[in-house]
Amino acid sequence: MTARPAAPPGDEPPGDEPSGDEPSGRIEVLRAGALTTVQDQGRPGWAHLGVPRSGALDPAALRLANRLAGNPEAAAGLEITLTGCTLRLTRAGTVAITGADVDVRVGDRPGDVGRPLAVPAGAVVRVGPARTGLRSWLAVAGGIAVAPVLGSRSTDTLSGLGPPPLRDGDTLPLGAPAGGPAPVDGTVNRPAPAELLLGLRPGPRDDWFTPAAFDLLYGTAYTVSAVSNRVGARLVGAPLPRAVAGELPSEGIVLGAVQVPADGQPLIFLADHPTTGGYPVIGVVDDVTGLAQARPGTTVRFHGPQR
Amino acid sequence: MRIRPVGTNALLLDCDGPDQVEAWRAELWRRRAAGELTAVEIVPAARTVLLDGVPDQARATALVAGWTPRPADADDAGWTPRPAVDAAAPADEVEVPVGYDGADLPAVAGHWGVDVPEVVARLTGTTFRVAFCGFAPGFAYLTGLPAEWAVPRLRTPRPRVPAGSVALAGPYAGIYPGASPGGWLLVGRTDLTLFDAYADPPARLTPGTRVRLVAG
Repeated sequence: MTARPAAPPGDEPPGDEPSGDEPSGRIEVLRAGALTTVQDQGRPGWAHLGVPRSGALDPAALRLANRLAGNPEAAAGLEITLTGCTLRLTRAGTVAITGADVDVRVGDRPGDVGRPLAVPAGAVVRVGPARTGLRSWLAVAGGIAVAPVLGSRSTDTLSGLGPPPLRDGDTLPLGAPAGGPAPVDGTVNRPAPAELLLGLRPGPRDDWFTPAAFDLLYGTAYTVSAVSNRVGARLVGAPLPRAVAGELPSEGIVLGAVQVPADGQPLIFLADHPTTGGYPVIGVVDDVTGLAQARPGTTVRFHGPQR
Repeated sequence: MRIRPVGTNALLLDCDGPDQVEAWRAELWRRRAAGELTAVEIVPAARTVLLDGVPDQARATALVAGWTPRPADADDAGWTPRPAVDAAAPADEVEVPVGYDGADLPAVAGHWGVDVPEVVARLTGTTFRVAFCGFAPGFAYLTGLPAEWAVPRLRTPRPRVPAGSVALAGPYAGIYPGASPGGWLLVGRTDLTLFDAYADPPARLTPGTRVRLVAG
């Protein structure tokens, strides 16, 4: 690996290098779980070179976890998927977990989601499987201090930039804590409903679809498929009929773009989406963060911008 | 050029052709560097330029509608040289040394109705331009071949194309920055590093850069 470059000014959580009076800390990964990745607010600004935005699927939930742990909001934490994970901290520090409804234990004590948790040095933090929802974000005081890549520590599951997904036995460096936890904060209470209602603005390629396609899109239920991931939420339901056949020359993709491949089944692009795509985008979802908690089988309904 | 809204904070400039895309790409990068346009991403593609992360969609639409881009090859026509716009400003021209030993050279020769040495002569004699990047970090779509030399992709993509493979598909030439599955026709290979996240800019071939695929 090449030497780590200086991060852009203002982009770096403080305490990247352990300071003199703070012992350098680490996270030891005892059980990585199904998919646990390092995430921060992503690496926007490089799409013209083919680099995806990446970052936490619910950026606000990670920012909240960071505030609760006394970190700058831009610090890197962990995004934990469905089956939870088990970690040990080598030094004492504050941990905070947001997102899905999970059991948390610090050593033998139960801990709450959405509150600062004091973790003694050497204590084991267990994040249990999600009872409802799908993903949790875990922040540790000092942030996860792996080397940033293009200004971000996020794992990009599409292009492979950033650290690889966690494996059992990995250790991750921690930065020096910046300050105490936020004394009071609003917690993001995101229930994971069985039915998700998403606002969708038509375009840019709405004219590639028949009017019947919009009747189906706005009028029928779709189901989140099991092959959904950080790149996109694949939906199963009524195929959306095209008015224009053939392929679209590749064009730039935004977060929340609803792309319709040849089989007519919509795909909603999430944080690790490719920067360009060749299937027409029928519309763009206003806010994709609810999809971060949408398990396979979740019902998705769309409504138009006028509603 | 037609401006299409995309969601609530992006615009798509639907252009008449690749030259207009390049002209708008350069114009918008220049305007952003001059502080006249706010956009997190300005992403050229085959026929479009995407502006994403635009704080005020209506205002950006009005601004862009009032601008006229300089022609794509203004520099060549004796206009003032393109100013450095940002860290991703393209170098003037990049020479890529290519060993022309690709497995699909005979297939390309067949499509073009020429022999293999003539394929190599045509590729080494072409000045390409990076039209846009996509597919993978640092993967550049190179234009410059005449439309009638367009070649189809493989019917069945290869499961693994080695890093540095120089290949053709449709009207484009491209170089795989890393090993990946791929359906383009392989004409050669280069040892040039095309993407290094710690380099500045991280991609060797950025949009607007001129490229020559020299034998070597």
